[in-house]
Amino acid sequence: MTDKNSLFRQIGVVSGKGGTGKTTLVAALAALAGKLVVADADVDAADLHILLKPSVERSYPYVGGKKAFIDLLHCTQCGICEKHCRFKAIRDFHVDLLACEGCGFCVQLCPENCIDFKEVVAGFYHEGIFPGGELVDAALQPGEGNSGKLVSQVKKRAEELLTTNKRAWLIVDGPPGIGCPVNASLSGADLVLIVTEPTVSGLHDPERLVQLIHRFDIPAGVIINKADLNSRICSQIISYSENEGIPVLGRIPFDEQVITTLLQKKIITDFPDSPATMEIVKIYDNIINFFETKAVH
Amino acid sequence: MNIAIASGKGGTGKTTIAINLALSLKNTVYLDCDVEEPDGHLFLQPIMEQSQTASRLLPEINYKKCTYCGHCTEICQYHAFTMLPGQVLLFAEMCHSCGACTYYCPEGAISEKKRPMGMVRSGYVAPEGTGFVEGRLNIGEMMAAPLIRQVKAWADPQKINILDAPPGTACSMVEVVRDADFCLLITQPTPFGLHDLKLAVNVLRILQIWFAVAENKAMDQNELISQYCHSEGIPILQKIPYERRLAEIYSQEKAAVRVFPDLKKKFSMLYRKIELQLQTESPLIVDSVNLSGQLNDMAAKTVDEQMPSRDRQRTSNDG
Repeated sequence: MTDKNSLFRQIGVVSGKGGTGKTTLVAALAALAGKLVVADADVDAADLHILLKPSVERSYPYVGGKKAFIDLLHCTQCGICEKHCRFKAIRDFHVDLLACEGCGFCVQLCPENCIDFKEVVAGFYHEGIFPGGELVDAALQPGEGNSGKLVSQVKKRAEELLTTNKRAWLIVDGPPGIGCPVNASLSGADLVLIVTEPTVSGLHDPERLVQLIHRFDIPAGVIINKADLNSRICSQIISYSENEGIPVLGRIPFDEQVITTLLQKKIITDFPDSPATMEIVKIYDNIINFFETKAVH
Repeated sequence: MNIAIASGKGGTGKTTIAINLALSLKNTVYLDCDVEEPDGHLFLQPIMEQSQTASRLLPEINYKKCTYCGHCTEICQYHAFTMLPGQVLLFAEMCHSCGACTYYCPEGAISEKKRPMGMVRSGYVAPEGTGFVEGRLNIGEMMAAPLIRQVKAWADPQKINILDAPPGTACSMVEVVRDADFCLLITQPTPFGLHDLKLAVNVLRILQIWFAVAENKAMDQNELISQYCHSEGIPILQKIPYERRLAEIYSQEKAAVRVFPDLKKKFSMLYRKIELQLQTESPLIVDSVNLSGQLNDMAAKTVDEQMPSRDRQRTSNDG
């Protein structure tokens, strides 16, 4: 998967479980690294722009695929389309655009040839400039599918910006889960950061994610957020990670300052003395170390 | 009755509220529809009665009949087929199981075979007797929606079904909430929580589903969510203050209502409020017709007409 000739380093940040602190961490790493491109791959709930506050340079429409439209003037209400649609998207000769997956079966079937098949804008993606570099993010239309494809387009645009602006880093802020947008976020990554927290779900959700990462054969590191909330589960996460051959790159302590900072829409590194920032600086150094030792081999 | 518990942002407390609600009421079934990362079982420790493989249909080519005409590659909108000399390659992860290739193969050389995509397990929770259903997607499987459909098929029309949705506002979240009677959106009072709540509200208005908000980890003097909900006419049915005892119970894989039975009353009240919402005559969905119109307009336009300014996008999302 990894392009050995690429001049930049790509880091994917994922979590399995949502709300563990991916975006907060990505914003902090971006602020520390500078001169980089950040891609927000959580396309159905993109939040990074709230913290990075980019100026928007360009927007692009995202065409997810085609959808069916029934021309009611010529429809004889034979019902063949409704009968064959596996997605239950056609009801009373009307296509539910959120259910339609654009297979085109009905378009082919219609004996009156009165179903139109048109490309539909399923969202937009934007590129913008923030003090540390460029941000590419997206807004998927509510309820749209094909989000993996949009993630790939966001990443493609980010890679173009890397080349034109001679950036050395690409950080991809991934979505929760293990489905298609996560797969798209992981592809091409040189290092995956798994952000988790010491709760029961925080212990179990990365297990499925780690199996997926092993399939991609990408080196990974674990970051435990709010690590001091439950020391028992925290040490369970550590021993689990070690068994899987994944180093723990950092343990961010629970820090009230993180919440206060977030409420002000600021980045935690704006407060260099806070305990969370100090640990994130160590994580950043660990990442740099990881790439330097890798370069030696 | 089907009540979906959803949120735009992850980690806001969907599962916590769903399991406690399910345990506080009688005649309930908890359905874990977060098939990518199902967690409800950790807290409920259900006794499993059935476990079955969930499959979807994939085309299979009979090479005795195939003439390599390539019609299937033209029919398939997902580019799941590639023609090679003497072989038709199928990329299973691209296939949406629509059935068009099977129907249109001129030689009748394609048939559909079941392929496992995950598991659906069901059972009950002791001692409360709450029903339990869970979907679990196989690792590497791309599409969650077909499995979610199978999980939803286990909903018991005679009971109160609590559907625990995956985070986000994309296809899998829509699949869970689409034919629910009511959706409770869980959020938390941070800029991320508010931003993603707005996205989720948008989806529910398009789908025309009754909904209300529960604010988790509510903080004193933080009016972020209240202000937004007030201006949009969205009721907040429950505010759950951030309490360390609740966070600790969560981290220990326990259900809060089991440890603090007094909380059951609160969750029963929450359910009563949902019932009352459903009894009100006019839907609380503001502007739904308008929004669904917008979606249709959008779809009707061609791509070139669709270049927006980001400001417009953002104002509608951020406020």
